[in-house]
Amino acid sequence: MASNEEILAGLAEIVNEETGLAPEAVELDKSFTEDLDIDSISMMTIVVNAEEKFGVRIPDEEVKNLKTVGDAVDFISGAQA
Amino acid sequence: MTRKVVITGLGATTPIGGDVPTMWQNALKGVSGAHTLEDDWVAKYELPVHFAARCTTPALDVLSRVEAKRMDPSTQFGVIASREAWADSGITEIDPDRLAVAFATGIGGVWTLLDAWDTLKEKGPRRVLPMTVPMLMPNGVAAAVSLDLGARAGAHTPVSACASGTEAMHLGLDLIRSGKADVVMCGGAEAAIHPMPLAAFSSMQALSRRNDDPEHASRPYDLGRDGFVMGEGAGALVLEAEEHALARGARIYGELAGTSVTADAYHITAPDPQGLGATRALKAAMFDGRIQAEDVVHVNAHATSTPVGDKPEYTALKAALGSHVDNVAVSATKSQMGHLLGASGAVEAVLTVLAVHERKAPLTINLENQDPEIPLDVVTSARDLPAGDIVALSNSFGFGGHNAVVAIRSV
Repeated sequence: MASNEEILAGLAEIVNEETGLAPEAVELDKSFTEDLDIDSISMMTIVVNAEEKFGVRIPDEEVKNLKTVGDAVDFISGAQA
Repeated sequence: MTRKVVITGLGATTPIGGDVPTMWQNALKGVSGAHTLEDDWVAKYELPVHFAARCTTPALDVLSRVEAKRMDPSTQFGVIASREAWADSGITEIDPDRLAVAFATGIGGVWTLLDAWDTLKEKGPRRVLPMTVPMLMPNGVAAAVSLDLGARAGAHTPVSACASGTEAMHLGLDLIRSGKADVVMCGGAEAAIHPMPLAAFSSMQALSRRNDDPEHASRPYDLGRDGFVMGEGAGALVLEAEEHALARGARIYGELAGTSVTADAYHITAPDPQGLGATRALKAAMFDGRIQAEDVVHVNAHATSTPVGDKPEYTALKAALGSHVDNVAVSATKSQMGHLLGASGAVEAVLTVLAVHERKAPLTINLENQDPEIPLDVVTSARDLPAGDIVALSNSFGFGGHNAVVAIRSV
């Protein structure tokens, strides 16, 4: 079980790997599309990589609800519980 | 009045140099880009061929990691060559609706395709990444180049196996002559040094098996030739309407005087032993460029170093050039860099343009015992090309019976 801080750090690493964005730019209140300029293909790549990293399943219909980095952290944290 | 088309930019990444100046220097010196493969998959799959000619500069030394992530290795090479050619052309402003792309590949995104297949088998469908399709599609390289340059007058991908790169030049010439574009980024890219294509080309006996001596394996016209050496990389050329180039005071390397494409309709892989399709292609390119046999001083031959392939090309050259064939300096540059498949025509066109511009023919290495049935004047030591108006030809032939020829005239 990862803490929310660990999930955020792990997500930041995945986002950095996919987009080159600095990990510290990946903050809880940032929107994936508006703030981080992540398109749908990159978003799906990030989701698939997050599933593997955190051992969770993020259903396709859930992805559109993950507007901010915080949404993703909360979802992963809940799915791990 | 047919629009005249000139070449104003060159780019390349190859097994004998990661940019045009390095490649050209090595091509005149005569080096081998073929080396033993250190990858563990050579032994793992018991491949019969243990060597290939890899690009000297890894794509990740040039592209950013994030850029490279969305591109198959073939597209990475294509974008690298295209950027060099674009910078070399000096074009700073262009109407994007007048800029087209004709960027070829023989095989396309084979690494992406097979990696995704491995992922599917090992980890399931969820792990097959969403960029898989745009990375494996053969038009991926033309699309990436179009995106990179903002080219909107169409992005084309001629696919004709090992003639693809030359066919891209044929298409580019047409696009400008017919008024559909003023500038075309032409080229070819290939990255197929993967165990599956190596196994497949081996199984058809197309590859040299000189495993103990890779540097001497690619030996066009030599009696000891036993197949081609797989290479990889990309070449790119900026084609430009002459009036467009003159208006901006561009440096002009040469004129793309004529091109042609023909089909053998003889056999799916074997060349027509009489070289009839190749002869028609040579004659058609010369007719297209209003070229007489006596104008031709240099040929960059297809010459892959296979036992069956090299001779029909000689027959075709003799048929097209007559007795003048004896006066033509022939270079078989695959002896140095191996066979870049769909990229070979583009890289060899770059070398041919430079040969005309610099008046020097690149070297053919590894020719020790010339096949007496192919009595061409093969360039094996430093050779200057004559002054005055000259023409050079570059030939490419591909599985499927594709023949393509480009003719470059000095300016």
